[in-house]
Amino acid sequence: MTESNLAERPPEADYRHIVRLQGVQKFFGAVQALRDIDFSVGRNEIVGLIGDNGAGKSTLIKVLTGVLSPSSGRIFVRDQELDLTDYSVRMAHDLSIETVYQDKSLAEKQPLWRNFFVGRQITNRFGFIDIRRQKQIADQILKHAIGFRGVGITVDSTVANLSGGERQGIAIGRAMHYKADLIVLDEPTVALAVAEVRKVLDFVRRIKASGRACIYIEHNLAHVHEVADRLVVIDRGAIVAEVSPKDMSVTELTEYLIDLQHEP
Amino acid sequence: MVMLRAPSRLQQFEGLPIIVVFALLLALFMYTAPQVFLQPFIYTTFLSTLPPLILLAVGLTFVIGAGEIDLSFPSIIAFSGFVFAVLFKEYDLGWLAVLAGLASGLIVGLLNGFLVARIGIPSFMATLATQFFWAGMATVLSGGKSYALRGADTTSVWQWIVGRPFAGSETIWIAQVPIQSLWTAIIAVLLWFILNRHRFGEHALFIGDSNAVSRVVGIDVEREKIKIFTLMGGLAAVAAIMLTLENKNYFGNQGQGYLLTAIASVLIGGTSIFGGRATIIGTMFGCFIIGMIEAGLVATGLTGAWVRTVQGLVFLISIIFYLYIDEPQRRNAFFARMRSSRPFGRTRAAG
Repeated sequence: MTESNLAERPPEADYRHIVRLQGVQKFFGAVQALRDIDFSVGRNEIVGLIGDNGAGKSTLIKVLTGVLSPSSGRIFVRDQELDLTDYSVRMAHDLSIETVYQDKSLAEKQPLWRNFFVGRQITNRFGFIDIRRQKQIADQILKHAIGFRGVGITVDSTVANLSGGERQGIAIGRAMHYKADLIVLDEPTVALAVAEVRKVLDFVRRIKASGRACIYIEHNLAHVHEVADRLVVIDRGAIVAEVSPKDMSVTELTEYLIDLQHEP
Repeated sequence: MVMLRAPSRLQQFEGLPIIVVFALLLALFMYTAPQVFLQPFIYTTFLSTLPPLILLAVGLTFVIGAGEIDLSFPSIIAFSGFVFAVLFKEYDLGWLAVLAGLASGLIVGLLNGFLVARIGIPSFMATLATQFFWAGMATVLSGGKSYALRGADTTSVWQWIVGRPFAGSETIWIAQVPIQSLWTAIIAVLLWFILNRHRFGEHALFIGDSNAVSRVVGIDVEREKIKIFTLMGGLAAVAAIMLTLENKNYFGNQGQGYLLTAIASVLIGGTSIFGGRATIIGTMFGCFIIGMIEAGLVATGLTGAWVRTVQGLVFLISIIFYLYIDEPQRRNAFFARMRSSRPFGRTRAAG
């Protein structure tokens, strides 16, 4: 797959929200991690999700992508309600929802070709993997979609040999390869050098340009403010504000969030 | 010139370091004990003594590759061996006894998997406990008795599982080639394909690498772990049946010697104790080395008492070797510790 046909891919027009959560609650034992979450993402919208550590951002994402099941509430994907009893990561993949976790997307000691396909291997009917084909496709993604040429990385390289930015590139490239309509980025710029941050932000813009939607979780307000269409603020498990970056500068946003912390 | 950050062809040669060590060790024993190691008989003996060890070690390769450990297999050998022996001898059930023995191993493995994956007990503790439990069960049920299977070699069970297919041969060592070596080779090859080419093997390695990553990419970590422990139980049962038939005798502690030798074989072979990387070929050669040390030392003229000492030493050296070659971050951490201890000493001296 090449970058150009990623961009050309026409979005399906028959839905309004790629994902919508309604009245979602999540308890871990007696602790309520999410309360009354109403949250939606439009078809071609980049939503920045911000909040303090432990505010519930990760839990929200995990519920949305099938890693955790909500204690109660409803989830809609492309305006269709999901049956939450069998919602799983695999099903989220089938629904074209991909997540790129900051450090949980790739397995360190495994070669890249396995990392591209794990969870959806190309197999024969006995479950044996078509290694040649997987390597071939992985090589295509590496060279064309991600643009890793002349950096000494092949499909047989293990993830341990890659830099932080390269790992994000691999994980985002994988999400693009699977034609995700919604790509969830979980703090993709943490621990990256400035030049690599720029690359990741360009990639987020490319997600928008290709007609997809993106949820972008970020600690660094300047980064998320730069690329998001809408910012959703989450605090102590609840959504407390929605902000348009056009109406509020990074400084105002920072002050607003600090004030939030001082509330009882 | 760009630094290549991919494994070279030499590095991709599965189990190469251990194969080299094996060849050197073999050459050494051929030199120190030519009367034994330049004759074919020792090798046919290996063909009958190594299969149980190999089956256990190959199963453990999956378990350790998935970042877990199973300490209960010696007791599975005791328990499944008992189930098989009592049904075979007292109830004369023949092949049904084989099936029951196999089933008992699978069930014990399944329970181990449940304890680890569903209840969430660390596998070290869970299988340590079940190790005691099933060994105890075997002793209670058998009343501590052993079962002599005299005349077993006339049955089709014996012929098919541990028979001597070339018994009629003129050449003595060919006549002694045991059929269990063939079954073991087939199982090992099949499991090599499963580990390296099958979805299940890939899942085992990803789980060993990181449970969190595995969940995120959609692997059902709990279910795969249960399958891995069940596989281990089944292989231990096959080993038990082979041992009991080969010895034509069941005794309660017939599995005890395998605990450390099987684990050592896997780790000598290059499977990572931290999970995520596993090699069946390495494990096979690890078994050959562990088995050969025993015969080689005795044939060289050292007493049997040296065997464990040398096995332990080889085990330790290989663990350190793999740590240095394959875990650069641990190697670096080691050097960092070494460095940080020096300034500490100076500060004290200055103060």
